[in-house]
Amino acid sequence: MTGRRLRFGAIVLSFAASWALGQTSTVDEIAKYRAALQEGNPAELWEARGEALWKQARGPKNVSLERCDLGLGPGIVKGAYAQLPRYFPDADRVQDLETRLVWCVVSLQGFSEVDARKGPFGGPDRKSDLEALVAWITSESRGVKMNVPQSHPKEREAYAVGEKIFYFRGGTHDFACATCHGEDAKRIRLQDLPNLTTPQGAQKAYTTWPAYRVSQGELRTFQWRLNDCFRQQRFPELVFTSDASIALTTFLARNANGAAFDAPSIKR
Amino acid sequence: MAEPMKIRATTVGDSTEVKVLMNHEMETGQRKDAQGNAVPAWFIQTVTATHNGRTVLSAQWGTAIAKNPFLSFRFKGGAKGDKVQIAWTDNRGDKRTDEVVIS
Repeated sequence: MTGRRLRFGAIVLSFAASWALGQTSTVDEIAKYRAALQEGNPAELWEARGEALWKQARGPKNVSLERCDLGLGPGIVKGAYAQLPRYFPDADRVQDLETRLVWCVVSLQGFSEVDARKGPFGGPDRKSDLEALVAWITSESRGVKMNVPQSHPKEREAYAVGEKIFYFRGGTHDFACATCHGEDAKRIRLQDLPNLTTPQGAQKAYTTWPAYRVSQGELRTFQWRLNDCFRQQRFPELVFTSDASIALTTFLARNANGAAFDAPSIKR
Repeated sequence: MAEPMKIRATTVGDSTEVKVLMNHEMETGQRKDAQGNAVPAWFIQTVTATHNGRTVLSAQWGTAIAKNPFLSFRFKGGAKGDKVQIAWTDNRGDKRTDEVVIS
């Protein structure tokens, strides 16, 4: 009796072990696939276009974005993304990179607010200027340690609101961000999901966005990432550059503090 | 108007490694738009690489090549400071030529 139970136990154990082995090898293979693609990452095409756009005189005022203050002073791009989102006194609100770019396009170049927000995400027939600018600006922070400030009360407020949103359950599926991103080793199909409640998980996730999505043939920004998470959760559409999107970004970016930024990356 | 390529070329020993990223939609002709109409095929047909005027690679491409293609190859005889030129033409007659100095 005991012998039989033992044998049965051993079979279950070996089955579980081989299943676990299958899982890790899938993950390893995806990691290898990413490494192979990293060398020829098409995100570089977006970076090149973004740099040209940054320096090109455009809009009703016919000026470039080179005087745009991304938080480290007018025109300073290097390392700026690693300290965003942050509070900007001229706008009197916390802004992430996309929001700040819209601000600069309006205040410096004289575009209307509506035009500046047009086409935040590119598709097969339309290229997004904002995605290109984000690609270049973020590439200038590669290797820089994440250092998102929490010194201004509005920055602390954004973090607190972002945390609330992260754990807020709702929608037709009664989902929160934390439903999928609050435990280790969760998956959507074969994709490992980062546990964003741990520093390691938040760091790994946040520092690898923006990314070129091979399956979409497009470079995607962090605003897109959050927008698509909301879609998958069956939440109402997350409005581009809304306070909610900035708060959630602040929460995740701050949790990634201390890690070296390493994007634009490439993802399946 | 076609957008620029991104090219890198490095010589190690007697072999030069060239890496090219191209900006192209590479439509297969199989995809349908939101109205259900087929999206016409649009892809790079020929790729040529020349080193100091000598052709080192010549390729015919089709619709099986991915969007924003990445091409990597090696050839012999390149030296630091030489120029490598990459040119492509697509099935619409659009073309693009870019050049890089070997480092």
